[in-house]
Amino acid sequence: MDEAYDAIVLGTGLKECIISGLLSVDGLKVLHIDRNNYYGGQSASLNLNQLFERFRPGQKPPAELGPSRDYNVDLVPKFIMANGNLVRVLVHTDVTKYLEFKAVDGSFVFNKARVEKVPATDWEALKSPLMGLFEKRRAAKFFSFCQQYDERNPQTWRNWDLSRMTMHELYGQFGLDVMTIDFIGHALALHQNDAYMMQPAMSTVQKIKLYYDSMMRYEGLTSPYIYPLYGLGELPQAFARLSAVYGGTYMLAKPDVEVVYGEDGAAVGVTSEGETAKAKFIVGDPTYFREKVRKTGQVVRAMCIMSHPIPSTNDSHSVQIILPQKQLNRRHDIYVFCCSYTHNVAPKDKYIAFVSTTVETADPAAELAPGLQLLGKVDEKFVEVVDVFEPLADGTADKAFISKGYDATSHFETEINDVLDMYQRITGKPLDLEKEDLRKRQETQ
Amino acid sequence: MIDQLVQSKLVLLGEMGSGKTSLVQRFVRGQYYENQESTIGASFFTKAIPEKHVKFEIWDTAGQERYHSLAPMYYRGAAAAIVVYDVTHPASFDRAKKWVLELRQNVQNPNLIIALVGNKVDLAEDGARQVPEADARTYAAETGLLFFEASAKTNVNVAELFDEVADRLPRAAAPQQPAGGIQLSEQPTPVPAKSSCC
Repeated sequence: MDEAYDAIVLGTGLKECIISGLLSVDGLKVLHIDRNNYYGGQSASLNLNQLFERFRPGQKPPAELGPSRDYNVDLVPKFIMANGNLVRVLVHTDVTKYLEFKAVDGSFVFNKARVEKVPATDWEALKSPLMGLFEKRRAAKFFSFCQQYDERNPQTWRNWDLSRMTMHELYGQFGLDVMTIDFIGHALALHQNDAYMMQPAMSTVQKIKLYYDSMMRYEGLTSPYIYPLYGLGELPQAFARLSAVYGGTYMLAKPDVEVVYGEDGAAVGVTSEGETAKAKFIVGDPTYFREKVRKTGQVVRAMCIMSHPIPSTNDSHSVQIILPQKQLNRRHDIYVFCCSYTHNVAPKDKYIAFVSTTVETADPAAELAPGLQLLGKVDEKFVEVVDVFEPLADGTADKAFISKGYDATSHFETEINDVLDMYQRITGKPLDLEKEDLRKRQETQ
Repeated sequence: MIDQLVQSKLVLLGEMGSGKTSLVQRFVRGQYYENQESTIGASFFTKAIPEKHVKFEIWDTAGQERYHSLAPMYYRGAAAAIVVYDVTHPASFDRAKKWVLELRQNVQNPNLIIALVGNKVDLAEDGARQVPEADARTYAAETGLLFFEASAKTNVNVAELFDEVADRLPRAAAPQQPAGGIQLSEQPTPVPAKSSCC
């Protein structure tokens, strides 16, 4: 370990593993360390024994739950947008060859105490029970505008300047009512609260377009989401392998690893078990940089093992349900996420459901009630409250590039944007996803 | 007939420098490089043996064995494993025995085929042999492993090794892609509305 590297990465969560992989591919000499003896940190998927160890120490899982190793329960459950940036990074780096993905069956929204399918397109809007007859037509016109909108083609702009017009104003142009706006903003554009309404409409229109483009990305998708077999814990392992293939060195089980700072306060290396490794900069998750992060809030998550799919989702084996804040008189949405043995995360006929939200009160577990009510009977339930941290500085001055904690959302868009932003801060250039992908590069060699 | 090939994941294990990558290079490309660098850049190979109806998907360790940091993903779904040691290097033989134990712990497949390979037999003739063939053969027989002594350099027993592994694979292997699997690198399906993404 007494060696010099270009970069040292601490923690093997998904974000750190993507960064490690990208830097190794760029030709940097990378040392990647985790304090745990397993990959994934917060993005690991646990088997049943590990789950009980974490939440019910000393207690054995009941036999009727099935074999421990058939479980892959995410600590931070999230779906992947089929046309989002994470997929583009996966394809670009050719990490897809280590992974298998399957479509997520359904995307639903909670509306007036009912669970309804989220309409994503103009023709789906016309069929949706979420809206009355006239509202359907207005919504269909709005969707059609978003689908066709092209930043580079003024003919699609309708003389509106979306970089200045607020989203509130754009909704107004179509005469959409409050309930419609609620599901569009939260279940399609995936905003966590309503602050976006007063911001320029551009980014929200792009998010709606992303949802639509994701639905259309692969044949036969019935939601915009995909999810890997064996759980999300596979993703950091795949990117770690990418990093190793390009020369990255991996060390797990270093519980005492610590960042070393120079006299000017900049990170210069790490130490563990009396050895020191030097590097030009350090990357890591907030738990390795306690003095350099601030707590921004808390996320509460319930993980439930069930023997049936979530009622009123057409027996979907994998599904997301968003409960918009306004429906619940909250400031943050509640997210419900379910997948099953068909994604190899549980034994036959078992389902894993998660309910999560950003904590708003002193009784976080109680906040999940509206989501938990949708699940029906659960066999086991584990509840966890996690602090979310973000870095105090962008890392350019102190050479400590720190990722943000994982938020309550049930998709990866916010997380992958953090990764792309970190990559740009570290290397001084954006990740060029347009560049020929690695598979093509290898094939031409 | 490509579609009749059964795709089988094969993982390589063994101490650094025992010649894992050289064996695969010899098998896949028919080449051997003196002073092969530690594996960088390519650690994933596919090679079909059409007459045995097998397409191997070969995973090299990418150096992750060095500090015992191979991920569970490495073992997942493996149909066969080749555990390599260096016949001139007794410690690598001891390490190979440990890899066999780890394989049995980590791979759920009860039909996993493990081949033990003593590499670098070309050096044995020069008197550098440190691991007697009989010892390794006995261990392999007791433990239920296929056994070969081979040389990637002089191309001894490499094709035979992979042929034998291919012969032992269960014929009716389950299809690799479960129903509904998605090929991410696939081009987008054409949609009626023009969608141009930036």
